[in-house]
Amino acid sequence: MHVPIGLPWGLILGALILWSLLAFASLFIPKAPRIAPLIFPLGALGALCVAAAGLLALQGPPVTMVSPLGLPGLPFHGRMDALSGVFLVLFGLTTVAISLDLTGYRAREHYPVVARIGVQYHILLASLTLVFVAADAYSFLIAWEAMALSSYLLVVTDHHTRGARRAGFLYLLIEHIGALAILAAFTILIAQAGTGTRLVYTFAALHASHPDATVAGIAFLLAFLGFGAKAGLVPLHVWLPQAHPVAPSPISALLSSVLLKVGIYGLLRVTFMLLPTPAPWWGLTVLTVGLLTALLGALSSAVQSDMKRLLAYSSVENVGLITAAIGLALLFSAYGLKALAALALIAALYHCLNHAFFKGLLFLGTGSVLHATGERNLGRLGGLIHRMPRTAFMMLIGTLAVAGVPPLNGFASEWLILQSFLKATALPRPYLAMGIPLGAALLALVAGLAGYVMVKFYGIVFLGRPREARLAQAVESGPFERAGLGLLTLLCLAAGLWPAGAIALIRPAASLLTRADAPITISEAGARVDVAHAAYAPAILWVALGVVALATVLVLRARFSQAPRRAAVWNCGHPVIGARMQDTAEGFGQPIRRIFAAFLAVRSHHPAPDDRVPRYGSVVEDRFWEDLYRPAARGFEAIWAWTAALRPRRIAISLFCVLATLIVLLALAP
Amino acid sequence: MMPLAAPINLLAALFLLVVFAMLWQRRLANLITIYAWQGTILTLSIALAAYATHSAHLYASACLNGLLKIVLVPALLRRLARRLDVQWDRESLVQVSTVMLIGLGLVIFAFNAALPIAAAGHGINRAIIGIALASILLSLLMMILRATALSQVIGFLAMENSLIFAATSVTYGMPMVIEFGIALDVIVGVFILGVFFFHIREQFDSLDIDRIERREESR
Repeated sequence: MHVPIGLPWGLILGALILWSLLAFASLFIPKAPRIAPLIFPLGALGALCVAAAGLLALQGPPVTMVSPLGLPGLPFHGRMDALSGVFLVLFGLTTVAISLDLTGYRAREHYPVVARIGVQYHILLASLTLVFVAADAYSFLIAWEAMALSSYLLVVTDHHTRGARRAGFLYLLIEHIGALAILAAFTILIAQAGTGTRLVYTFAALHASHPDATVAGIAFLLAFLGFGAKAGLVPLHVWLPQAHPVAPSPISALLSSVLLKVGIYGLLRVTFMLLPTPAPWWGLTVLTVGLLTALLGALSSAVQSDMKRLLAYSSVENVGLITAAIGLALLFSAYGLKALAALALIAALYHCLNHAFFKGLLFLGTGSVLHATGERNLGRLGGLIHRMPRTAFMMLIGTLAVAGVPPLNGFASEWLILQSFLKATALPRPYLAMGIPLGAALLALVAGLAGYVMVKFYGIVFLGRPREARLAQAVESGPFERAGLGLLTLLCLAAGLWPAGAIALIRPAASLLTRADAPITISEAGARVDVAHAAYAPAILWVALGVVALATVLVLRARFSQAPRRAAVWNCGHPVIGARMQDTAEGFGQPIRRIFAAFLAVRSHHPAPDDRVPRYGSVVEDRFWEDLYRPAARGFEAIWAWTAALRPRRIAISLFCVLATLIVLLALAP
Repeated sequence: MMPLAAPINLLAALFLLVVFAMLWQRRLANLITIYAWQGTILTLSIALAAYATHSAHLYASACLNGLLKIVLVPALLRRLARRLDVQWDRESLVQVSTVMLIGLGLVIFAFNAALPIAAAGHGINRAIIGIALASILLSLLMMILRATALSQVIGFLAMENSLIFAATSVTYGMPMVIEFGIALDVIVGVFILGVFFFHIREQFDSLDIDRIERREESR
C-alpha cells in the first residue's frame, strides 16, 4: 500500500481537509457571524493548493495511491496524471476567483443563506477534486454523486421561488439519468472484465481487460450519454438555461466553468483511457452531436433576452465546440493518426481552459450587474459603463474573448480547433476527408454567431443609455468581486497572449491520451502543423496591430490637427430622444430569429395596424421541449395512468398478489 | 451432513413456532415481544453457524443481529407503539383456526417447493430450507391479514428475519457488506416508518388500513 507522501497528494489532501473543515465551520455562521468573513478566502487558499497540485501533476509522471478509506476489500484508488492535472488547474484557478467573488457575495446575504452556501459549496469543491483524482469506478461514482447532490442544493439556494425549485428538479433529473448511464457503462465493463469472484474495478485494470468491440461500443454510448448529460450536449442541454438563471451568480459561474467540464473530463477519461482503440463511428457520433450542440447553442443564445440564459446557451455552444474537437480526435486515433489526434485534443483541452476563464468572468460580472441593478432582463438594462466602469472594462475583455477576437484566448483555441478540422483531409476515407472540412464552415458560422451574441450582450447591458430610471442608482461592485473578475481577466489575457505556454502546459495530457509523444511540429500523412504556432504568433500580431494603430493615429493627427470642438449630438430631427428609442435585445436578435426560424420555437404576438396600445412580444423556447420532452412526458404519464388503473385499491389485495405470484413461481419451479 | 445439525434443526423448529405465534397474536405489545424472541433465535442460529465454521465474520454478524433485532428495533417499536397509544389495542382478525389452517397449508407447500432446491445443493438440510421458505410465506400472510399499519411493518421485519435465517443456516451467511447494508436498511426503515405513522394518523385519525383505504376511495 502506498502512503501518500508526494507533494501533489499532500496539497490535494490539505485542500480536502481544509474544505471539509470550512464546510463544518459554515454551519456555525448564524451563531458566530465573526467567522463568516474568513470562510471563503480560506476556501480560495484550498483552490490554490489544488491548482498547484495540478501543475505538478502536469510536469511529472502519474502518481497513484490507495486510500485506507472505502469498504473492507474495496479501497479507494487515486491517480493524478496529466489529464487530471489540466482539469485540476482549470478547476483550481477558476475556483480561486469564484471564492473571492463569494467573499463579496457573502457580505450582502443573510447568515442562514451564507451558511448553507458555505457548507454545500465546500462539499462541492471537495467532491469535484475527488472526481478528478479518482482512479476506480467505485470512488469515481461516489464522488460524482456527491458532486451532483451538492451542486443541486446550490442551484436551489433560492428555494422559496417556484422557478428555482422547478429548475433544480430538472437539473437533478437529468443528472440522475446521466449518473445511471455512467453506472451502466462501468457495470458493463466490470462485468466483462471480472474473472471468478475477484472484482475488477480500478481504471487501470479495466483498461487492461480489453473488452471486445461490441461491449466497448455499448459502454462508449452509455458513457457518452452520461457525460453528455453533465456537459450539456443536445438534447440533454435543457437544464443549463433553466438552472443558470436561478442559481446565485458565483454558483452559475462554477456550473458553467467547472461542472460542465467535468462531463468533458469523464468523456476523455473513459473513451481514451478505459476503452480500447476507438472505432470510427464513435468519433463521428461525438463530432456530429458536438457540431449540432454548438450550432443550436449559438442560435439560441442569439435570441435570448435574459442575461444569464444567454450566457448559459453560449456555454452550450462552447461545450459543443469542445466536444466536436474531441470527436475529431477520436476519428484521428481510430485511423491511427496519433499526432493529429493530439492536435485536436490540445485544441479541445485549451478551449476547456479558456471557456472556464472567460465564462467564469462573464457570469461573475453578470452577478455584479445583477446585484447593482436587481435586473436580469436585458430590456431593462443599459448604459452601465458609466456607473460601473471597472466592471465594464473587465467584462469587455471577457466578451471579446468569447467572441473570439484575436489577441484574446477565445480566438487562440477556436483557431486551433479550426486548424484540426482542416487537417481532416489526412483521413484515409474520402467521405470523411472531404466532409469534415465542411464542418469547419459550420464552425465559422458558430464563431460568427458568438461574436454577434457578444455584441448584443455587451452593447445592451453596458452601452447606450439606461433603459430604466433606477439604473442611475447602480454602483460599482465591491473590491472582492473586482479581485475575482480581475484574476479571470488576467488569465484570459495570459492564455491569449501566450498560447505557446498554454499549449506546452497541456501537451503532456494530449500525449497521455493518444499514447504518443505529442510533438511541437506535427507532420503526418502529408499534413503539417506547427502546434506552438498553430494558434498564431501573438508577438507578430501585436507588433502589427501596434504599427497599424500608431500609423492611424499619426495620419489622423496630421490631417485633422485642430483642437476638438464639443457640440450637441445631432438628434436626427427628433425633438426628444428617449432611452426607449434604443435597439432592444429582441430587436437585435430579430434577424437571427427570422433566418433560423426552423431551429427555434418562436411564438410572436404582433399588434394589429389600428391597435391603440400596440404591444409587440415574442417568446422563444427550446425546440426540444416541444419536439422531445413534452411528448416523452405525455408518454410516461400515459403509462403511469395505465399502471395506476391496474393497481388494486387495497393494500391487502396487493400483498395477496405478491404471495400468489410467489406461490405460483415456486410451484412451477422444476 | 453439516456439523451441529441437531441444535440447528431445533432452532429452525422454534423459529417456525414463533412465526405461527406471530400469526396468531392480536395485541401489538405481545407481537413486539414475539418479534424480539424471533430475533433471539436468529442470533443464536447465526452464532451456532459461526461456532461450527469458526468464521469471524459470522460472529460479527451475530453480534450485529443481536444488537439490532433483540434490543434496538423492538425498543424502537415499543416506543412507537406507546407514543401512538396502540400497544393494547385488540386487532380484529380473521378467525384464528382458519388462519392456522391456511398457515399449515403454506408450510406443506413450502416443504414441497424446497425439495428441488435441496437436491440441487449438497449437504444442505431440506427441512431448514423448507422452514425458512415457510417463514417467509407466513410473514407475507401475516402482512395480508393484519389491519393496522404497525403490525404490517412487524410482518415485514419478520420476513426480513426469515431471509437472514435462510441465508445463514443454508449457506453460512452472506458477504459481510450485504449484511451491513441490510442492517442499515432495517434501522433506517423503522425510523422512517415511525415518522410516517405520525403523519398518517394526523391525516386519517387512525392507523387502521381499512379506514385509510375507505377514505382514499371516497375522495
